[in-house]
Amino acid sequence: MVTGLVKRYGSATAVDGLNLVADRAKVTALLGPNGAGKTTTIEICEGYRRADQGTVRVLGLDPARDVRALAPRVGVMLQSGGLPQAVRAGDYLRLIASFYARPVDPAGLLDRLGLTACAGVPCRRLSGGQQQRLSLAAAVIGRPELVFLDEPTAGLDPQARHATWDLITELRTAGVSVVLTTHFMEEAERLADGVAIMDHGQLVAEGTPAELTGTAGQLRFRAQPGLSTDSLLSALPGGTAAKESPEGYYVIEVQGRVDPQLLAAVTAWCAEHGVLAKDLRVESRTLEDVFLELTGRDLRS
Amino acid sequence: MTVPPAADARPAAAAEPSPFVPAPGAAPLPRMIAAQATLEARTLLRNGEQLLLVLIIPVLLLIAFSRESFVNIGADTRQPRVDFLVPGIIALAIMSTAFTSQAIATGFERRYGVLKRLGATPLSRVGLIAAKTVTVIAVELLQAVIIIGVGLALGWRPHSTVAGAAWAVLLAVVGTAAFSGLALLMAGTLRAEATLAAANLVYLILLGVGGVLFSLNKFPAGARGPLKLLPSGALSDGLHSVLQNAGGPPAADLAVLAIWAVVGITLAARTFRWE
Repeated sequence: MVTGLVKRYGSATAVDGLNLVADRAKVTALLGPNGAGKTTTIEICEGYRRADQGTVRVLGLDPARDVRALAPRVGVMLQSGGLPQAVRAGDYLRLIASFYARPVDPAGLLDRLGLTACAGVPCRRLSGGQQQRLSLAAAVIGRPELVFLDEPTAGLDPQARHATWDLITELRTAGVSVVLTTHFMEEAERLADGVAIMDHGQLVAEGTPAELTGTAGQLRFRAQPGLSTDSLLSALPGGTAAKESPEGYYVIEVQGRVDPQLLAAVTAWCAEHGVLAKDLRVESRTLEDVFLELTGRDLRS
Repeated sequence: MTVPPAADARPAAAAEPSPFVPAPGAAPLPRMIAAQATLEARTLLRNGEQLLLVLIIPVLLLIAFSRESFVNIGADTRQPRVDFLVPGIIALAIMSTAFTSQAIATGFERRYGVLKRLGATPLSRVGLIAAKTVTVIAVELLQAVIIIGVGLALGWRPHSTVAGAAWAVLLAVVGTAAFSGLALLMAGTLRAEATLAAANLVYLILLGVGGVLFSLNKFPAGARGPLKLLPSGALSDGLHSVLQNAGGPPAADLAVLAIWAVVGITLAARTFRWE
């Protein structure tokens, strides 16, 4: 869908040779630190900006040229703004619905997103989370084939986040293609069929969440600092790695699953050395681990 | 006869197709324009400040200045003051709706990303501009009904022929185009706060020197000419000529307004930034 995309603002390169494909009727999540170029990429796909180089095809069309043909077929949720401040929430959604031939029932959609009670409230008086949900409703009300959601759950409380996740899952089941950006790794892991991680305008990793997190199993526990990981490793089967990071937190990593034998070996070693392992957990690497590995821990401006 | 277990009802409900199954399509353009215009007009009339600008101030000025007052408005003393005031107040009403109100509303729509978001809907930019035009005209018709009604109640008797009334309508249309072009020029280039301040300032200035409350004939001869070249002066002068003085075709005023309209709309189209 996106090939060799380049976008510059003055001397700054926001997107630098990006290649990306989002499959139809799937959820594709675009991850990356602030300033990675996610919004620029999405807004080029939405037709708001023109690419300096490269080719972008949305539903087979050029978003910069075929704006009119794409508009009814593509739903858009901007990262912020878009709502007329003085207009009531319900009036706004009915207005957007009236632009489409076969819209979703606005009242039902308001209800589903928990907005019925504030349908008569002007947009400027809605909370941040309510504004987000109204923008989401506006993106899907025209029954599009494809939706671009730029940080759909930013600033939402857990209830609203789950309602949004349910809606996105239903969109996918109904055959809608979803492209979203997010900072929540859990969101990408739960929702996305495909994940693309961007940094500095480039793609740094791409795949399903399972592919990205790999098959490494982890066993984590907390204990007093300074235990000898070498001694621990010598008590464990081959092919395992152990480290203390940060102080007092121990991670044992193994290819494949953590099996009962490994767990028993670890606890046996602890018992032998008088170590009480607290918060003992068996888990796999998370997307967040992968994300931080790929993009580093430095704070972004 | 067997009663189906309750669980059987569920698959039927689950099989109901999702409301989100893609069925894209744009509504017919006239329906989109009507929906957008209706909402814009409703929003304008619900907004206290806008209502003040487009209805309350013009009507209050009409009532206040038509009485014997301490202000010499420079009207022809052989006619009731209201005969001078109604055409001027109509000019003010057109200016307040097409220019001040539209500039402010559009400036804030741009600032809050409303125009950007609408750009992603099937409503095209041409459709949006059409909707704004419909809104302006609808509000102007409402203003006309009220101002003419109040004027008649105050004893206004138009000194006008049928042709004169037609010229007045033409002046209103071209004046609306001129003011709309200037409004969009301002709203599409300045920050929203700057637009708000400037649009209100221009409203006040034109109220003073636009021939609305004070006859341009009272101004020094040197100022009169330039003031009649402003859209406000041309509109009020033309309306006075055909409604107050039963004058002939207001060709010069129409020409001035038409030039402002062409220049304003062309510049607005070239410079308007949607986000």
